[in-house]
Amino acid sequence: MSELLKVENITKIYTNGFVANKDISFTVNANEIHALVGENGAGKTTLMKILFGMEDYQEGAIYLEGEKLELKSPLDAIHKGIGMIHQHFMLVPSLSIAENIVLGIEPTKASFFDYNEAVKITSDIAKKYNFNIDVTKKVNEISVAQMQKVEILKALIRGVKILIMDEPTAVLTPQETKELFEQLVILRDSGYAIIFISHKLEEIMQLCDRVTILRKGRCVGTYNIADMTEAKISRLMIGRDVELKFNKKAKQAKNTVMEIRNLICVNDDGKRVVDNVSLNIHAGEILGIVGIEGNGQKEFSEAICGFSEYHAGSVRFNGVDIKGKSIRELRQMGIAHIPEDRMKNGCAMNLSVKDNIIGDRYFSPQFRKFGFLNSKAINRFVDQCISDFEIACDNRNQPVRMLSGGNIQKVVVAREFTSGCKFILASQPTRGIDVGTTEMIRKLLISMSHEKDVATVLVSADLNELLEVSDRLIVMRKGKIVAAFPTTQGVTEELLGEYMLGIKTMTAAEMEDLL
Amino acid sequence: MSFSEAIGTFLFSIFRLSTPIIYAALAACITKQTGLLNMAIEGIMLTAALSSVVFSALTQSVVLGVLFGMLAGSLIGGIISYANLIGKTELYLTCIAINLIATGGTTFALYMITGTKGTTFSALPSLEVPNIDIPFIKDIPILGTMLSGHSILTYFAFVCAFLVWLLIYKTRLGLRMRCVGENPNAALSVGISVTRIKTVAYLISGAVGGLGGAFMSMSYVTWFSRDMLAGRGFIGLSANNITAGSPVGATLFSMLFGIADASANVLQITAAGLSYFVKMIPYIITILGMVIMEAIRIRKGLKFKDQVVRKAIAGTANEKDLT
Repeated sequence: MSELLKVENITKIYTNGFVANKDISFTVNANEIHALVGENGAGKTTLMKILFGMEDYQEGAIYLEGEKLELKSPLDAIHKGIGMIHQHFMLVPSLSIAENIVLGIEPTKASFFDYNEAVKITSDIAKKYNFNIDVTKKVNEISVAQMQKVEILKALIRGVKILIMDEPTAVLTPQETKELFEQLVILRDSGYAIIFISHKLEEIMQLCDRVTILRKGRCVGTYNIADMTEAKISRLMIGRDVELKFNKKAKQAKNTVMEIRNLICVNDDGKRVVDNVSLNIHAGEILGIVGIEGNGQKEFSEAICGFSEYHAGSVRFNGVDIKGKSIRELRQMGIAHIPEDRMKNGCAMNLSVKDNIIGDRYFSPQFRKFGFLNSKAINRFVDQCISDFEIACDNRNQPVRMLSGGNIQKVVVAREFTSGCKFILASQPTRGIDVGTTEMIRKLLISMSHEKDVATVLVSADLNELLEVSDRLIVMRKGKIVAAFPTTQGVTEELLGEYMLGIKTMTAAEMEDLL
Repeated sequence: MSFSEAIGTFLFSIFRLSTPIIYAALAACITKQTGLLNMAIEGIMLTAALSSVVFSALTQSVVLGVLFGMLAGSLIGGIISYANLIGKTELYLTCIAINLIATGGTTFALYMITGTKGTTFSALPSLEVPNIDIPFIKDIPILGTMLSGHSILTYFAFVCAFLVWLLIYKTRLGLRMRCVGENPNAALSVGISVTRIKTVAYLISGAVGGLGGAFMSMSYVTWFSRDMLAGRGFIGLSANNITAGSPVGATLFSMLFGIADASANVLQITAAGLSYFVKMIPYIITILGMVIMEAIRIRKGLKFKDQVVRKAIAGTANEKDLT
């Protein structure tokens, strides 16, 4: 195997003095899928930005096939043969796939853009690497998995030799992930090198050849996957053992907290995205909702906590219909919500940790004095939250946007879990979050429901998480509940996958007592 | 004047009054497609109007006069993009500043050049862009009066609409502009310089706005007077905003504002006492138009959604999609 990329003693210090990377060295070979792992804030993103020419660095050097690289911009990196598949797709929704792929290197005829030629060259390259897509479709009409293919094709058509992929499977279903992996193996065997960034250690074990581990901005080392186990990698990542398996007590049947009857949500296209769903959620249990993204879990979960509307049926929370209630009323009734998009709906990014935590309760008598905010009480409370939830921030007045993803989520969790709620909706609570914080959030969810009798609904794309944390599971497909499991015992990811894809469906009679 | 002649003259004035608004709207359209709101279009056109007058008088060339108008527009566009993209100033504040500078600056330049603060009318021997009679059509009653005898720049406004459409939808630059406007990160990821595309958009936008300015001072009238744009740049901007960046739509909407303007002028003659009130009509129409358009859009959306929901709940909609 020939050495393609060599990173030597890279050090990056941001202008605010934060040392993001310190003395990082590793090599990537051709015909290799090379994993890069580390907790949030370990410096992966910075390192990738450096390799892709988006950030400069103070010390060290990067060599590509022995030649020293001075990358000034992403364009530079692409010219030299380094491409990047971002976590958030860099596509223009209203343009066709072909147009998106040729952007920047557009074919022209008589000085006008030659659309037909663009279609031809893009479908040629798609065929060459066995990508099954129709390049004349607009990007806003295709699935997330297909968008990812478009991103890969964008890099391939520019002749890159190294593909950096930032958490490519975070948005994919198990089947789509499998397909992606098959394609990546084809690329690897054709001589490409792939740098694969992921939090999912089992994927790394399955796909990659070697792994480089970062911790707190430093490189722990590069290891052959064949010599590693998931436990070993996570130990090296965080410097201690993580417990992602939990000992749960058997749950006892408790009273019904939320009673959902014949719920229907209709989207703008007139499609029933939630189709006649009836369900009871009990105190002290965690109900996991399984499904491929876009099968109504989001609409369903947001409707039952009053975050978005529903169009027929009823939702009763402790006997009270929630229709027409404001978010504030619902919160005071005891409904809490960890939203899917923590940047947009979970936090006000420019406000401080303090303001975010008291955002739903600044008006309560506890935090008021003579009609003004009672700083003393607020500060005491917020500092308690910061230490209880181990939020890594400079102080309570630091704007939330300065925190890492995991710590932003901790701010959200601190607010929601201290609200005195009786019901929590947790939407993708650990997506894109480091192993340490993930462990903490999962433990909190379990202790809230099992010790404080909170009814919890967990929506997640991570099947492993659903199986580990939930007490019982339902599977949603095309807006309907297609399967229900009273316990996670004996339920496997493969089995769930079959229901998610519609290979199997339970009948109403089979699920009768389980909802 | 016969009745048909009066109608013809009225229709003629619609085209004449629409011209600067069309240029403004097209200028705004180019930047809008690139994701920028060109609020300085008023200032750009005002500066261009003065530049055209001064250079047509200096060079005694119509072509150079118009060209210098475009150049002045591009120069202002360049200043905005430099301030906004390199100096990282807030775009809207920059544009407001440009408009204020243009108002004061043109008056100051006017005073320095002519010694008067009102107009260049008697001080500068500036030229006029020729008007063209269209053979055959000019002899048709009403239609002839309406379409023939306009300034070259009026005819060119419609050509320009086509050119802008061509630029945005059929060229490489246009593709990149739309990409930058819709998702700058997508542009960055493939090495398209967002700064460069935005700068080019502002330069072109400035040149198109400059044509509008040249029309004002070399065709509409043949002199420069302070604040002669009188809000036409802003009207064009809103014509473009209503139509969400479509060059054809922006042109048609500009015509609508032209009709309002022409109507106001007619009313001004018949009811002189109300002239100042009448002058407000185009602006009132603008606001009402925008409110009504938006209200219709929202209402239609709600009604549509309501229907869709009712259908879906009744179970008649897209049954095959669900199974």
